[in-house]
This record gives sequence, structure tokens and C-alpha cells, in this order.
Amino acid sequence: MNATISFDSVLHVVLALVGVAVFVGLNGLLLVYAERKVAGFIQRRPGPYEVGPQGILQAVADALKLIGKQLVRPDRADPLLFWMAPVLAFFPVLLLFLPIPFSPLLTGWDVNLGLLLILAFAGFNVLALLLAGWGSNNKYGLLGAARAVAQSVAYEIPLLLAVLAIAFQEGTLSLSAIVGGQGGMPWQWNIAVQPLAFLIFFVSALGETNRAPFDLPEAESELTAGFHTEYSGMGFGMFFLAEYANMIVACSVCTVLFLGGWKGPFLDGAWWFLAKVYGLLLTMMWFRWTYPRVRFDQLLNLNWRWLLPLGVLNLLATAFVMKL
Amino acid sequence: MHSTETLRSHGTACPATSADGGCTDDQIAGDGYTCRFEQGARPESLILNMGPQHPSTHGVLRVLLELDGEYIVRAEPVLGYLHRMHEKMAEVKTPAQFMPNMGRVDYLHALAWNWAYVGAVEKLAGIEIPERAEYLRVITCELNRISSHLLWWGAYLLDLGAFTPIMYAFDDREMLLDLLQLMTGSRLTYSSFRFGGVYTDAGPAFVQGVRQFIPHLRSRLPMYTALVTENIILRRRIEEVGVIPQDMVTRYGASGPVARGSGIAYDVRRAEPYSVYDRFDYEIPVRHEECSMARYMVRMAEIEQSLRIIEQAIESLPEGEHMHPKAPKPSFKLPAGESYFAVEGARGKIGVWIASDGGKTPYRVKLRAPGFSNLALFAECARGTLLADAVAILGSLDMVIPEIDR
Repeated sequence: MNATISFDSVLHVVLALVGVAVFVGLNGLLLVYAERKVAGFIQRRPGPYEVGPQGILQAVADALKLIGKQLVRPDRADPLLFWMAPVLAFFPVLLLFLPIPFSPLLTGWDVNLGLLLILAFAGFNVLALLLAGWGSNNKYGLLGAARAVAQSVAYEIPLLLAVLAIAFQEGTLSLSAIVGGQGGMPWQWNIAVQPLAFLIFFVSALGETNRAPFDLPEAESELTAGFHTEYSGMGFGMFFLAEYANMIVACSVCTVLFLGGWKGPFLDGAWWFLAKVYGLLLTMMWFRWTYPRVRFDQLLNLNWRWLLPLGVLNLLATAFVMKL
Repeated sequence: MHSTETLRSHGTACPATSADGGCTDDQIAGDGYTCRFEQGARPESLILNMGPQHPSTHGVLRVLLELDGEYIVRAEPVLGYLHRMHEKMAEVKTPAQFMPNMGRVDYLHALAWNWAYVGAVEKLAGIEIPERAEYLRVITCELNRISSHLLWWGAYLLDLGAFTPIMYAFDDREMLLDLLQLMTGSRLTYSSFRFGGVYTDAGPAFVQGVRQFIPHLRSRLPMYTALVTENIILRRRIEEVGVIPQDMVTRYGASGPVARGSGIAYDVRRAEPYSVYDRFDYEIPVRHEECSMARYMVRMAEIEQSLRIIEQAIESLPEGEHMHPKAPKPSFKLPAGESYFAVEGARGKIGVWIASDGGKTPYRVKLRAPGFSNLALFAECARGTLLADAVAILGSLDMVIPEIDR
């Protein structure tokens, strides 16, 4: 990676951003469809099948409906904060895709501190949720925002600890280098060396992306819709897309750190990466349609009493072994 | 003059801007009732209006909450959004005309209400019921109880954030509805009991269907236990949450699974036996934990006990008439007097009291809805719990709002 900023590298990043936007948009549609089909499969019903063959156009119809709807702002909501929130929720996520190595050739921006970049920009999400809840002048929204902040801040710590364990082990923050340090076979992946870190990372990622059973900021049976209670149309659509984009990022990072990235037993390439990411995404969906929601104090207890001490112990053990 | 000004200040969309003191609470704009729900001693508390349009207040219950963070300082259920004057309608309709109303008081256990009213009228008018009809009443009423518990189970899990169980519950319930449709002609708001019997006789299709359904549901229940009841998240959410001590049960007159979950073995079928329930061998499930989980376990066990009753009843179903030959015509007159009849509904003790002055229509009818008493203890029970617990407690009380409002 050349440190000087040339026209080529800027062009490369811009192209990568466009590519990422397309990737996220298409995946949003795909994942909405997949989520509903998975839910249907788990609940012994067909899921969407009216719009297009096997309901494949259902997500497109949903998207068109959301785009076509009027944007409504509650009377006493703060216009600036209210409209800033969905934008802030969605656009920083695109940046998160830049350093992710889909394959050696298919990397937006192979930066040395890729992991740091992702962790830094991922923090934007909680700001967006806070603004949405606070700005919409709704009590359910406010409660949702308060939950979102407490949850995101808490779960970022074990997430970081799990990531640090891998960074210590590999001695780098570059995502490509971390993949490079792993082999093709499953027992050569980091998950074989660091199963505890993987567990902590995945649970924390569920918490960070507000997915069930940790979907407390939008717990619909308690807070109607939590932080996005007042959003409709594309305001809601942006949050929705951001949630799926965040899921993809979390699963991608998980794949890079623990599952050997683009490497597989044969024919290394982006398909291995995508297969692993979609596998993790399906696991997340499977959790959502299986488990009840935890209570807020239990959520924080799980974090402070279990994930955090385990993360610290794991990190210490890793550092100790590395020193040997 | 003064009154109109008061009215106007209450009617403004934003009472906070009307500084004339008409409405002191600037947290909830709206009607006089909510204006009287004023903020308590803590200035930092938040008044939250939960319902009547809220995903987990099932229908149109409204709960006013005073929150300190997410802890509930005070909770107050507000009723009356679904008041349809069933008791008044009973005064202007003949008993036969009033029967369809009974399917609409508690739409989930409609046949128990059918039975309570029919029983009260039969007691007052001295109408006899053939034995076969008694058995058919037991079978259909217990099938209806299972369908009510299954729906509660699914909806409760939905409240707790698990989306899938309700689909499985509806899958089983669908078979029950098909069976009950054969007997009653309807799928939800049944009104098939008649003074002196039941409307239709059980055909071979119904008997066969019930015989097939019993092993089917029995094979499903272990799966529900393994997948849902033993789930650690569920247990943590509802164990030791919503503790209702025995004295609270007696003070509020709670009944049904709410009382039995608190260790009070009161079941009308056993305590004040009616019909042919004394001929069957079944247990009254009782738990002593007093928490939401206890009520959950009681209902799950009741499904099994209802299956036992149905199994015995369908095997010993006597031959004969389904309507007594001397059953009165729909236009019969009630003799003067009073009568009271209680049955065990899915939510507790259903009581119907009829006073008649010998006219075409009853003079007064009182419907005792178990849900009303069960909900009444919510305000005391929810104090000091978390908002998420309030949802878990409300769900564990198994409310049907039309029954509570009547």
C-alpha cells in the first residue's frame, strides 16, 4: 500500500464506495427476502410468494412502497435531528465496507488500520439511534434511544476485547493480513485457536446490531417500535437498510477474523467469503425467529458479568501465550 | 361560562401551552381522565400512556404508567374502550335472543359463557338437560378451553419477543376450530348451547376428529416444552416475575390459573361441581411459585387435563337426545325469581346472575367476568417492576378485553 495519495487511489476508493453502495442496496433486498423466507420456513408457512415467482420481487415491492410514502415528521419533533438520524444511521455504514477484503483482488481500500477504521465508524450507529429517539419527541422513542446507548456502549467493550485477542495473535490490524495468517482448512482458521473469542464476538455483534434476542431498542411488544416509532417511508427504510448493512459488516468482520476470510479448502476466492458471511447471517436470522427477547437488566448482566470478564481473561491468556 | 372555559382548556391539543391551570399535567395531552393522573412525588418521573393501541395490551386495554427510568412507580389500567353494554342488552332481549351475545363477551372461551348463561336460565326455569347434551357440552367446552390456552400461549410468547410459537399454536388451534365448527357452526363466537341441550348432535365426523386430535396434541406438547418452556431466556424472563401472593389473590377475587398459580386450588369444576364433571378423572393443576412461570405451567398442565376429560367423555358418550323433548320454545317466559350459575372458564370463574320478574326479558343480569378481577391486581403487582416485566405480567394474567369491559 503506497502512502502517497494519488489520483488513482482516490478513484479506486470512489469506485469502491459506489460498488459498496450497490452491494449494500442489493443485499438489503436479498436479506429482506431471505429473512422473510427463513421466518416462513421456521414457522411452517410459505413466506412471501405472491409477487413474482416464489415471491422473489416482494422485497422490491416493499422498497418501492417505502420510497413512495410521504415523509412525515411529528409536529413537535426537532426537524434537523429527526432527519439527520436516518442519514447518519445509513451512510457511515458504507465506509465500513471499504477495508473489508472480499478476496485479495476485491478489496476497497487495503489500509493497515482497517480494523480500527471499522470499529471507529461503527460507533456512529449509536449516535444515529440516539438522535432518532431524542429528536422525534416520543416517549417510546426516548426509552428506545436510552436503551440503544446503554446497550451499544456496553457491548462495544467485549467486542473490542475479542477483536484485540485476534489482533495480538496476528500482530496486525490489517484485515487482509489477518486473513493471510490463516489457512484454508477449517482447523487452520482462528476459530480453532480462539473459540471463546469467536463466541464473545458473535454474541456482542448481535448486541451491537440490535438483533434478536437483543433487539431491545426497538422491542416492539414493550416500546411499540422504540427509537424508530415515529419514522415512516424512507426514514424507516434507511434504519432498516442500515440494520441489514450493519449485520453484513459484523458477519464480514467475523468471517475475516475467525473463519479464514476468502480462504477455503479449495479454490480460494470471494465465493468462500460470501458463503461464510451468508452462513452467519442465516444463523442470526435463525436466532431471531427462535428466541424470546431478554430483559434489559439481563442484557447488561450478561455483558458485564460474563462477556467482559471472559473477554479480559481471553485477552490475557492470548497475550501470555504470545509472549511465550 | 366557567365550565366552558374548563372544557376548552381540557380540549386543547397541548395543555402545556394553556397556562390557565385547566390541566396541570403537561406530560399527557387529552381527556379529563389522564389529566387527573398527575405526576407523583418524583419530579424526574415520566408518565407513559401504554395503549389502547399498543402491541402487547391485546385489544384495547390502556395502562397509564409513571416510570422512573424503566421502573414502574405506578400503573393504572384504564378500562371501558370496548364497553358494549351486554348486561343492559340482557334486560331488553329474551334469553334466546341474548344467547349470541354470550359468544361475544369472551371470544376465546365463548362456550363457557354460553354455558354460564344457559345454566342460569335452566336453573331458574327448571329445564332438564339430556345426559348426551351434558357430555357434548363438556367436550366442546374443554376443546374450547384448549384453543383458548393455545392462543394465550402463542400470544404470550409474542409479548416476550418470540415470534414463532404463535404459528405452531395456531396450527393446532386450526384443527380445534374445524372440530368446533362441526358442532357449533362457527369458528370463534360460538352460541350453540340451547336451553335444554345443545344445537347440534355430534356426528361420526366430530367423534372421529376428536379421537384423532387428542393423540396429535399430546405428541406436540413435549415439543413445546422442549423448545419453549425450557428455554433459558424465557425462564429468566418470567420466573419470579409478577409474584402474586395468596392474600392478593383473595383480596382482588382473582380466580382461574391466576389463583391456581399462587397455590389456591380453586376450580369451579371441582369446588362447585356442575354438569357431569364429577364423573371424570382429572387433576386440578396447582403451582406454589406465585410467579408468571407458575401461571404459565398451570395453563400448560390444564391443556393436558382437558385432553384427559375429553378422552373420557368421548369414550363414554351416551346415546340419546341432544335436546330435551320438553325443552322450551325460544319465546318462553322466565319465571319470577333469581338464579346464579358459575362455570370454570379459561380465565377463571365465570358467573351469571339472573333476576326475573316474570316478564319476557330478565329484569337484571349480572355477568361476573374473571378477567376483570384478575386485571385489578395488576396495579399492585406491577409496582416496582420494569417496563418489560409489566408486559410479562399483563400477558400472564391472560386478559381478554371484551370480557373485562363487557
